[in-house]
Amino acid sequence: MLLIIWFLLWGVLWAVYFMLDGFDLGLGALNPFISRSEKDRRIIYNSMGPFWDGNEVWLITAGGVTFAAFPTAYAVMFSSLYTPLLLILFGLILRGVAFEFRSKVDNPGWRLLWDICHFFGSFGPALLLGVAFANIFKGVPIDGEGVLQGSLLSLLNPYGILGGLLFVLLFLVHGALWLAVKAPGDLEARAGRAASGLWWFLLLVAVLFLGGTWSETKLFNNYLARPFLLVVPLALVLALLVTKGFIVVRKWVAAWLCSAGTIVLATLFGVIGLYPNLLPSSLDPKFSMTVYNSASSPLTLKIMLAVALVFVPIVMIYQAWAYFKFGDKVTDEALTQDEAY
Amino acid sequence: MDVITLSRWQFAVATLFHFLFVPLTLGLVVMVAIMETIYVRTGNEEYKRMAKFWGKIFLINFALGVVTGITLEFQFGTNWAGYSKYVGDIFGSLLAVEATVAFFLESTFLGIWVFGWDRLSKKFHNACIWLVAIGSNFSAYWILVANSWMQHPVGYVIRDGRAELSNFWAVITQPFAVITFFHVILAAYTLAAFVVMGFSAYHILRKQHISFFTKSFRIAVIFAVVCSILNIVVGDFHGKEMAKAQPTKLASAEAVWKTAKGAPFYLIAFPDEQNERNYVEALGIPKFLSWLALGDKDAEFKGLKAWPKEERPPVTMTFVSFRLMVGLGFLFALVAIIAWFRRNRPEESRPLLYILIGMIPLPYIAVSLGWIVTEVGRQPWIVYGVMKTADAGSKIAAYQVGISLAAFISIYTLLGVACFALMLKFALKGPEPLPEAEK
Repeated sequence: MLLIIWFLLWGVLWAVYFMLDGFDLGLGALNPFISRSEKDRRIIYNSMGPFWDGNEVWLITAGGVTFAAFPTAYAVMFSSLYTPLLLILFGLILRGVAFEFRSKVDNPGWRLLWDICHFFGSFGPALLLGVAFANIFKGVPIDGEGVLQGSLLSLLNPYGILGGLLFVLLFLVHGALWLAVKAPGDLEARAGRAASGLWWFLLLVAVLFLGGTWSETKLFNNYLARPFLLVVPLALVLALLVTKGFIVVRKWVAAWLCSAGTIVLATLFGVIGLYPNLLPSSLDPKFSMTVYNSASSPLTLKIMLAVALVFVPIVMIYQAWAYFKFGDKVTDEALTQDEAY
Repeated sequence: MDVITLSRWQFAVATLFHFLFVPLTLGLVVMVAIMETIYVRTGNEEYKRMAKFWGKIFLINFALGVVTGITLEFQFGTNWAGYSKYVGDIFGSLLAVEATVAFFLESTFLGIWVFGWDRLSKKFHNACIWLVAIGSNFSAYWILVANSWMQHPVGYVIRDGRAELSNFWAVITQPFAVITFFHVILAAYTLAAFVVMGFSAYHILRKQHISFFTKSFRIAVIFAVVCSILNIVVGDFHGKEMAKAQPTKLASAEAVWKTAKGAPFYLIAFPDEQNERNYVEALGIPKFLSWLALGDKDAEFKGLKAWPKEERPPVTMTFVSFRLMVGLGFLFALVAIIAWFRRNRPEESRPLLYILIGMIPLPYIAVSLGWIVTEVGRQPWIVYGVMKTADAGSKIAAYQVGISLAAFISIYTLLGVACFALMLKFALKGPEPLPEAEK
């Protein structure tokens, strides 16, 4: 029971990370294509301003919880995905620094440099997180010692790439909707149109990805064994469709919330299908990292559960409050503030 | 080079770089919070400008501290899979607690603080920066508990081929961790105080914004004097804990080869690792080392030869780093005391102001040396007495680590230069001029 709770909590933490950092990664990737002026770009940066840092902490927490609850899986997963993970980290480093640095020197070349870093630091991690998770769903060639056999390029298989595209599109739509919520006037309209257009690509890739999941992974086995679980993928499809509905009627906040729900449900869909594996081995199922062979001791799991159950809701409350408080449009006045990005 | 050596270099680069930014944020956030509190209490706008000015320098640092911190957490998995499997039950949980209880608090309320000057009541806005201060100092506690467990493992049992938690309370309250925390926090506050005093000295020397920077100076000098003196005391406690917990580290830090009762302390010494002796030993104070480290002038101080060669850390590096760190610690206290007596009219003590400017890099060097003593001195163990560093690595291709190490070094160098240049730019520019309406 403790193991199931932790497995779900593990999935939820990654889901929340994707939901929150998803919009700012997506918006960073969208930025060069949607902004037409320096003012547009500043609106985009400032729309993420108070949030991106707190969002990234969910990654630290998701990583930390993987380490704490399933240390063996953490060790195998992170070392076998060495290069993609370090690329993600370098991307996130450049991107985080770009926020803070770009507005500090009033020089177009300097700003362009950080715009480029910010774009690659957003697009790269979005893509690679998708590739990594699709490969986790599919299974990676780890041997009985937890060592990756075969080259890194094997991670770039069609299903892995499809996973990367899915993440990028999920995040792009999510980011465009966030911009529609936060931006005034013309930029809001463009962001809405971008979300609307990108949604069709997302639908296409999502369908392909589900098909690929059916043929390439064993995720559906859990669903077929316990059909009531099919609620999750059904809710996922519903959330994706309702997102479009709200985009059409230009209810941006509602559309963003539905898109957030889509991301959470998509993650949970994969995670539930994965159980009891955390990292299946494509060589032999007995080499797979599961909740049974990679978890921490019951004492650690209990202590950590108490910490998580007390603090995670508190964090959610104050972060939700921050979103509520800073959810309004980025105004001209706000851009003139000394602290603005 | 093999994977272990490359991974050690990578972790060293990542840690030392990370810790260039952390101590300033730890200390400066408290000073900024105090400045804003004075503003809220008195309504004096000058303190608001101070909070904003030093807050900006804090923010540039903070961004680097956060993003470089993520890589540290992930490297345990990417490069130290053996370690993560063996001790993750204990170590991983401490990192997870750190993120959950501290990082969220810190980063969420920092965002609110930065963007909330005109949106929140003064008191609530001020409370936000205090929450950031609590969060960041709290995070330091958790990560140092984790590090202390590597130095002095407690509250665990070896079961099923790994270390498992048996007593959480013992892990998070062991004296080694508490003392390490105070040592690091006091060092961080000292560093932040010397940075604030140094930049203030620059402006006071140039006779600009005198009132603004004298006020900043007077807040910082309190931190400098209290923290640098206290840290000498805490450092002594730390040494005594080390004597109990990590005798090989202490023997290396003091370059003592032969076990002796009533060991003397040599003011001048230099180790000769090859021949297991010191090149020079001069100006000895009889029995002082035994008294200092063990609390009894006749106590037996175990020399390095008591352990086989393969269980000793690199002696020269540990010794030199330790000596320099301690020397710098005394220098900070001395200069802080002088600055304290000149705090009311710093503009009249020009030599002192020049010295303070010149001293800005020194606390950075001191904290880096401190980490070198801590981590190099722990070798060859990754968890002292429990697991060797050589057994802790990941089974990955060396070229992967080689490439990532090269990437770390080049990216971090560029970012470090950019960050310090920006800090310097804003620090030297001085505070924003008052808006027209308020003049």
